[in-house]
Amino acid sequence: MGKPVEIKESSFDEAVIKSKMPVLVDFWAPWCGPCRMVAPVVDELSTEYNGKVSFVKINVDDNPQVASQFGVMSIPTLILFKDGKPSSTIVGFRPKAELKKSLDAAL
Amino acid sequence: MQKEYDVIIVGGGPAGLSAGIYTARARLRSLLLEKAAIGGQIINSMLVENYPGYIDGISGIDLTEAMHKQAEKFGLETLVTEVTGVRLDGGKKTVTTGQGDFTAGAIIVAGGTERQKLDVPGEAEFTGRGVSYCATCDGAFFRDKPVAVVGGGNAAITEALELTRFASKVTVIHRRHELRATKIVQENAFAEPKIDFLWDSSVEAVLGNKFVEKLRVKNLKTGKKTDLAVEGVFVNVGSQPSTGYLKGIVELDQNGAVIVNGDMETSVPGIYAAGDIRSRSIRQVVGAAGDGAVAAVSAGKYLGG
Repeated sequence: MGKPVEIKESSFDEAVIKSKMPVLVDFWAPWCGPCRMVAPVVDELSTEYNGKVSFVKINVDDNPQVASQFGVMSIPTLILFKDGKPSSTIVGFRPKAELKKSLDAAL
Repeated sequence: MQKEYDVIIVGGGPAGLSAGIYTARARLRSLLLEKAAIGGQIINSMLVENYPGYIDGISGIDLTEAMHKQAEKFGLETLVTEVTGVRLDGGKKTVTTGQGDFTAGAIIVAGGTERQKLDVPGEAEFTGRGVSYCATCDGAFFRDKPVAVVGGGNAAITEALELTRFASKVTVIHRRHELRATKIVQENAFAEPKIDFLWDSSVEAVLGNKFVEKLRVKNLKTGKKTDLAVEGVFVNVGSQPSTGYLKGIVELDQNGAVIVNGDMETSVPGIYAAGDIRSRSIRQVVGAAGDGAVAAVSAGKYLGG
C-alpha cells in the first residue's frame, strides 16, 4: 500500500531530487480548504500508482524554502518530479479523473 | 453502485448537503453528485462568522465536513462526477453523468455558481504564478509584497481584509464608484490603512516575466491606462449560476439562475433548486442550508412521503 509521506525541507533532496521513481509532491497547508479536499484524492492515487510513482507531501507553512524554490505561489499545487526535475505542475483542486489524466500523460 | 434513487441531489455545498441530511433522514434513498470538492465554494473561507450557532465562527471546510458526515450518518450516498444532462421520462428523471445514468423521482439542483474569470491576457498564463482565486490559500505567499484584489462585493473585500495580514499593500480595483459589500465589511476596509482603492477601473492585462509584475488598469471614465506594480492579483469578480445542463429543461432567469417558488420548486414538478444556483438567492451559507431543507421537504411531499 502506498501512502503519501510527509517530508521536510531537509529530506527533500533525498526523497524527491535523488529518487529513481517519479515523485508527486503535494504542496499544502493546514489553513487551505482546497488542500484538505485534495488530500484524500492524493491518498487514493498513491495506492493506485503504488510502485510507479512515489507520493510526498510538504507543508509550505513549515517549509517555505522549497515552495519558493519551485515557484509555488498557490496551493494546493501538485508537481510531478521526473529524474529530479519538475516535469508537470497542477495548480488548484482537480477531480481525481482529471489528475489521473495529467499524471498518465506526464509519466 | 445502485442506479435508482428517490432523490438525486446535484452539488455538494451547504445547500446540497443540507438537502441530503433531510432526504436521507426522511428515509428517501438519496444520492448526491458533486463534480469537484464536497463542501462547495465556502471551503475557500477561513472563517464563516455569520452561520448561527458558532459564536466565534467556523472555517468553511470544518462546517461542510461536519454537514457531510452528518448526512452520511443518515445514509446519504455521495459520488464525485460531473452532471452533463437531465432527461424527463414521464414522472421519472434521469441524470446523465461522467459515470453513467442515474434515475430518481425527484431532483434537487444545488450546484451553486462558477467563479468568473477576468478573461484578459495573462490571466491563465500567470495562474499559480501570482494570479489567485483564493486569498485564504495563497495570501501567505505574498508576505510584504504589494497585491491587488479585483472586485467590489463581499467576497472581494473580505479577501482584501484577509490579505492585509500578509501583503505590504492591497489595492482594490473595482469597476464602479462604490462597493457592493455589506456595510460592516466596507467600514473595516475603509479604516484599514493598507487598503487603497482604484475606482471605476478594470484590469486590461496581467503582465510579467515568469511571475506577475504588474497589471494594466484602465480608468473606465477617462479611458486612461496605467500600470500598477503588484506581485499578486486576487480575482473576485462575481460568479455565474452553473446551469448549463438545465437550459431548456427548467426556467432560468436573465442571469441564468433557476426560477423557483416558495417551495423551491422549479418550472418542472419534482425538480427543485437550492442555494446560490437559484434566482434571488441571498448567497449565504445559512440561506443555502435553509433552501436545501425546504427543497428536501418539498421533494418528500412530491414523492408522496
